[in-house]
Parts: sequence; structure tokens; C-alpha cells
Amino acid sequence: MLWYIGRRLLQLIPVFFGATLLIYLMVFAIPGDPIAALYGDHPPAPAVIEEVRRQFNLDKPIMIQYLLWVMGIFQGDFGVTFSGLPVIDVLASAFPITARLAILALIIEALFGITLGLVSGLRKGGVFDTVSLVISLLLISVPTFVIGFLLQYLFPITLKIGRTTVSRDAPWDELILPAIVLASVSIANILRLTRASVAENMGADFVRTASAKGLKRGRVIRVHILRNSLIPVVTYLGTDLGSLMVGAIVTEGIFNIQGVGGQVYLAVQKGDGPTLVAFVAVMVIIFMLANLLVDLLYAVLDPRIRYAK
Amino acid sequence: MKTNRKALAALSIVAASALALTACSSGSKDSGNESGSGDAAAAVITTNGTEPQNPLIPSNTTEVGGGKIINLIFAGLTSFDASGAPQMDQAESVTPNADNTQYTVKLKEGLKFTDGTPVTADSFIKAWTWSAKLGNAQSASYFFDNIKGYNAEKDAELTGLKKVSDTEFTVDLINPESDFTKRIGYSAFVPLPESFYKDTKAFGESPVGNGSYKLASEKAWTHNKGIELVTNPDYKGARVAKNGGVNITFYTNEDAAYADVQGQNLDVLDTVPASALKNYESDFPDSKTNKAAAVFQSFTIPQYLEHFKPGEEGQLRRQALSLAIDRDTITDKIFQGTRQPAKDFTSPALEGWETWGKTVAGNDVFSLNVEKAKELWAKADAISKYEGKFTISYNADGPHEEWVTAVTNSLKQNLGIEAEPKAYASFKQLLDDENNDKMTGAFRSGWQADYPAMYNFLAPLYQTGASSNYGRYTSKVVDNALKAGSAAKTPEEATAEYTKAQAELVKDLPAIPLWYQNVTGVWNPDVKNVEFGWDSVALYHEITK
Repeated sequence: MLWYIGRRLLQLIPVFFGATLLIYLMVFAIPGDPIAALYGDHPPAPAVIEEVRRQFNLDKPIMIQYLLWVMGIFQGDFGVTFSGLPVIDVLASAFPITARLAILALIIEALFGITLGLVSGLRKGGVFDTVSLVISLLLISVPTFVIGFLLQYLFPITLKIGRTTVSRDAPWDELILPAIVLASVSIANILRLTRASVAENMGADFVRTASAKGLKRGRVIRVHILRNSLIPVVTYLGTDLGSLMVGAIVTEGIFNIQGVGGQVYLAVQKGDGPTLVAFVAVMVIIFMLANLLVDLLYAVLDPRIRYAK
Repeated sequence: MKTNRKALAALSIVAASALALTACSSGSKDSGNESGSGDAAAAVITTNGTEPQNPLIPSNTTEVGGGKIINLIFAGLTSFDASGAPQMDQAESVTPNADNTQYTVKLKEGLKFTDGTPVTADSFIKAWTWSAKLGNAQSASYFFDNIKGYNAEKDAELTGLKKVSDTEFTVDLINPESDFTKRIGYSAFVPLPESFYKDTKAFGESPVGNGSYKLASEKAWTHNKGIELVTNPDYKGARVAKNGGVNITFYTNEDAAYADVQGQNLDVLDTVPASALKNYESDFPDSKTNKAAAVFQSFTIPQYLEHFKPGEEGQLRRQALSLAIDRDTITDKIFQGTRQPAKDFTSPALEGWETWGKTVAGNDVFSLNVEKAKELWAKADAISKYEGKFTISYNADGPHEEWVTAVTNSLKQNLGIEAEPKAYASFKQLLDDENNDKMTGAFRSGWQADYPAMYNFLAPLYQTGASSNYGRYTSKVVDNALKAGSAAKTPEEATAEYTKAQAELVKDLPAIPLWYQNVTGVWNPDVKNVEFGWDSVALYHEITK
């Protein structure tokens, strides 16, 4: 068991270097001079551009740039952004907010998605099932930003409930509305996944056996149906944590949350290699840890799944 | 097996909560935002902004986000009133000699930085010399290029700055400059305290200025989120604050800022997002503005482009293109009236524009005239037949696609030529090709003035070899007129010379003027005295709540 975890963690190392090198080369391949573009329509003296380029090591070959960056990492130095801020500070301010938003969204989507899906699956074909299917279809087909603007207009602006955007410290209560928006599509997906899975397991032999044994309905649902139905859902939640971290850019924009999405977008736009690579590296690690967590959860849900050395 | 499973479950929970915990830990910092009281003079105005692209050093801040803050916390010798006219700020007087080659600056008495140290002639001389020095790599270093001693190739001292007394110094210029009083209103010309040179890096994070406002605390700037400014009680100048401070929130999305004004979380917003242009007037019937700003938009046809080279053919084609564009309809339909059709190469935000800007000789070339356009194009075709497509390049990472398409459609319809937009993925790619003279067609161009003067709209763009002259335009007439205007003894004389330059530009059309961009703003009806300056920024010191 521990062997398994250790091996998975070791895999992080090559993936880390591979991903960062790849991103570094990609940033380099984007045409255009990022430093000249920093000044917009008002170019400074050419010597100024040269000097700034030197400060960011951009006058050196790409592999040297990458090696300098890696060496910096081992000394705890993630470099500075084009605006002169230590990248580590930007990471430290962006990731916690996005992580809190993602976790809140994850809780919301798991809670509502699984509960509604379970009820729908148990009463397949009923009124509740039909209504929730229609609503979930709506949630899937309407783009996130439409839902975002709609809820923003409805609650804070029209009904004066809550704040239009999230304030600087991003307290939990202000994050609820954005988290609901962020979770909306996933709620629908989880609902459908759970429903299908539950409906299938309802007819399974082990459920019939459990009922025939005289087990109470509640226990049959909890232990035999739900638990077995959760495997695909957990897989989905695991990968979703990754995409919630990265893909919250639209929602973050609507509610002015200065999280990961916006920073990555800005870094790509500016061709700011060090910043971009640092963000991607952390995201890769989060993604892999989330996957590991999912794999471990499988074993909890289904005792037949075991990890050998 | 059972224990193993439980252990696993526990492990997952621990891992998940560890994730959650690291996430919360940094969210509970002190907010420091509870200074609001009922007193009108102490009321803090909230407004929108963007994260400064660089540390807050005046001479290295040439973009909007940082510029807004620098202007609030620093004060130069002169500043500008709402009409764009210069006014004495930290200076008591700024006096030129007979031929505008030397200026004598007298400072007001008892000026102080917010750290208590005095603002003296040395504070200016040292700051300007440092900023102009090449090795310091300041983006605004070229603003000092007319002061004696400036060198664009290697480190040098500004020898043209001479101290007379603690409150007086003189500036020797390389070329005569009548606009110098306006130029020194630009934020790169502010004084710096001694603490700046001791630790430039720390200064950039928490600058000490001499302006209407100061940072609320050492940590007032929360990166990517906002900055809190409070009134500077020691400020002596033309912009004394009538409120308690300005709290700027940074937005990456203008729609979010607009929603915040609607939800009353934001007092003043200086950009109405495109999505709200249709309804901002009904959303804010009594608290909105839409007036000319110092932003000029055009497309440039490079001089090296085949069929558009200097000479008769090129001139005819340029005029034909200009005559074929329906500026009225485009500004009305696409920009909802937030742009004004161009009549010259400057902007109505300049003082006196009504008298000299509207009436440049030959400016009927900016009005739609399909017949004349076709006639001129045919004349040019008689000299050398035009084949192929006329393209206008734009960068797709900015909001340009819609209007570029409208302009090329206008050309297609009215001139019957093949014309289409050409997209570059990013601004830096477009800039690369412009810099290296690799454009294969026209390209969008624009100019936001650094200080409200005709010279600043003309010289950087159309003077031979100028820094933003990407069309590589060169004209003796324009160069001479700009030079003469700069050396002129009176503002009237200067305007006459610049108008001469404009008349030549109208003939040659190195760029085709399209429209002037307005500043559009909305504000909470509870705040009063909101007015926007020439630079599209509200005059925050005037606002009361």
C-alpha cells in the first residue's frame, strides 16, 4: 500500500520536469518579442528594452534559460514576473483563493449531484426524475458565463442579496455564489452519472439478494446501491477538481476573483515564461495528487480493488 | 482487510482536509478596511483600476493601471485641469527665456514628501537625472531627451539641470520647446525623496510621494487586488482632495466592475464595458459621462507598401480610401456613439481644439464621398493598376475585430475593391512585424497622449525616425513645422505651425484618421462632482460623497 503511494509520488518528478520544459519551449515558440510588447504603443529607447531583456535572461538561449530557472527552483527561487513581483508571492496569493473556490464548488456539486441523482435513480421515470433531467439538461447546455451573469444580476443587483463581486479577502460566504456558478455544469453531470449508475445497480443480483435477506431498505440503498454506484462519480469528482482549479477563469472574471485562471491568462498573453511555468507546475502536481486520491478512494468504495506493490 | 480500508479512508480524509486547510490559512488576513465614517470630507471614494505592470516608480510607469495611482500620490511642477489646460502644481512659476531654450522653475514654499522630508530643487534634479540615465532602464527615460546631457546610447548625466537655490532651478534644453510647461505635467517629471535611492525596490512596493493622496499604510497595495489611498494633509498644490481617500479595486473584467457599480460596491467606473454600451444611459440616467478623451484611432499604411509609396499614386489611393469610409455609421452602430468621427490627427480633448482642430485645410477628405473616392482610385489605377487584396491588420487579443471588419466592408462596398481584415494572434506579434517593416498591408494604429498637447499627438508618430512612426513616414514640411512650432514664442504661433503640419498630413495621409475615443464612465448617484479629465481619468480630488 505505502509502496504504491511512494511509487506514485516518485512519478511526479519526471512529470514535473517534462511538463515544465514543454511549457517553457511552448512559451518560447510563441512569436513576437514579449518585452517590446510590454510598452504598448509608446516604445522606450531601444537600449532600455535590451537592458530589461537582460534582466529576465531573455538574451540567453532557451535551454540555458530553462536550466537557470530549474536551478533557481532548487534554491527556493521561482523567479520574478514581468511586473517585478516574486512568482512565489503570486502563486501564494492566487492558489489559496482558487482552491477554496474549487473545494466549495466540489462540496456543492457532490452534495446536490449525488443526492438528486440518487433520488432520481431510485424513482426512475417519476415526476422528480423527469424534472431533474430537464433541469440538468438546461444546466449543461447553457454556458457558464450566462448562468454567472444571470445569478449576479438576480441576487446581488436586483434582490440585494450578497455582494456583486468578491471582496479582497474573499471570505467564504462571498464565495458561495461563484461556487454555485462554477458547480452548475458538474452538478448536472454528477446527477446524471449517479442516476444511471443507481438505476443499473437497482436491478443487480446483489441488491436482490440483500433485499431477499430481509435487510432494511435504507441499508440496502446506503451500503449496496449507493456505494457501488459511487465509483464513476468519484472518478469524475477527481478529475473535476483539476479542471475546477484551472478552468475557473470565466467565473473568476465575472466575480472579480484574482485566482489562478486570470493569472495564467495574463501570463500567456504577455509571454511571461517564468510565471506561466510555475503555475503550470503547481497545477500538474495538484492534478496528479487528485488522481492519486481518487485511486485510493476506489479501494475504500470497493474492497475488491487492491493495490499491490 | 477491514482495518486497511478504514486506514485508507482516514488517509484520504486527512489529505483532503490538508488541502482545505492550506487553502484557508491565507484567507484570514486582517482586512484593514473599516475606516469609513459619516463625515463627508473623510469619505473614501471607491473606484476601478488594474494591477500596475511595474513597481510604482514614476519614470517606469507608462501604462494606465500604474499611471492612475502615480498621478494620485505624486505631484509634478504642473498638472492639468478638467479642460486639459496646464496649471501650476508644485511650482510657483515656470518661466521660459526669449527663445524657449531655458526654463526657470520656482517652487512653492514648504513643500513636503509624506515622510516629512522637504521637496526641494534637488528632489527634482536628482530624480530627473536618475530617470533619464540609460542604465536604470526606465521606460519613460526618453521623455527627458530634450534636456541637455541626455544620451540615448550610454549612461550620462543631465547637465542641463542647474540648482539656483533650494526652491529654484533652471532647465537647459537642446531644442527650443514651447510646450515644456505641459510636458513636465507628465508623471515621469515628479520629484523623488532620498529614501528612493536607498532602496528602490522597497520604494516601488510602498512609494513615498508628495501628491494629493498617500498610501494608507506600508501594505496598502495588495497585489492583483487593489490599493488603498488616503488624503495627504500636507499637500500644497492645485489638486487638494475634498474627500478622505481613494480605494482602487483592480478588475480583470470590466463587466464585473460595471456590476459592482450597479450593486453599489463601487462609486466610480471610468470604462463602460462593451456589453453595457447599449443600456448604461438608462441604468445611470443622471450619473454617466461620454466625452472626448485624448485617444486618437487610425490605420496606418506603411510608406514601403507597393502602390502606396510617396508620390502621386500613393497619395491618390490614400485619399480615396479615406473618402470611402463611413465613419458616422461605424461610430454610431458599432461604438454606440462612444467614438467621434475624426476631423484631424489630434483630439478634441485638447484645449482650443474647437478653433484649430475642426478646420484643418482639406479635412473634407474625412467625410464619406463615394463618387470622389472612386474617381481618385481610378486615377491612381491609370498610373499603375491595383491588383490583389487590401488588408488591415489588427491584434486579436484586443477589441478590434468588429470595427476593422466594418472599415474593410466600407471600403469593399464604396470603392469596389477587395478588402479584408487580417488577424494577428497577439499584440506582440503585430508589433514585431511593424518594427521590422514586414507589414503586407495597412495596420490599426492609435495614440493615447502622454500630456495634452498637439505636439505629443504629432511628433512621436509622424516625425522622421520618431519612436512610434511605424509607417516610416518622412516629410520635410512636417518636420520643419513641428520644429518651428516647438521653438515658437507664443502658444498661438506654435498652434499655427502645428496646423501647418496637420494640413500636410491631411494631404499625405501617412495614417487614415478614423475617430477619437470618448471616455465613458458611470458612477453611484450618491457621489457628487464627478468630472473626467483629458486623460480619461476622473478628477478624484474633486469628488465628494
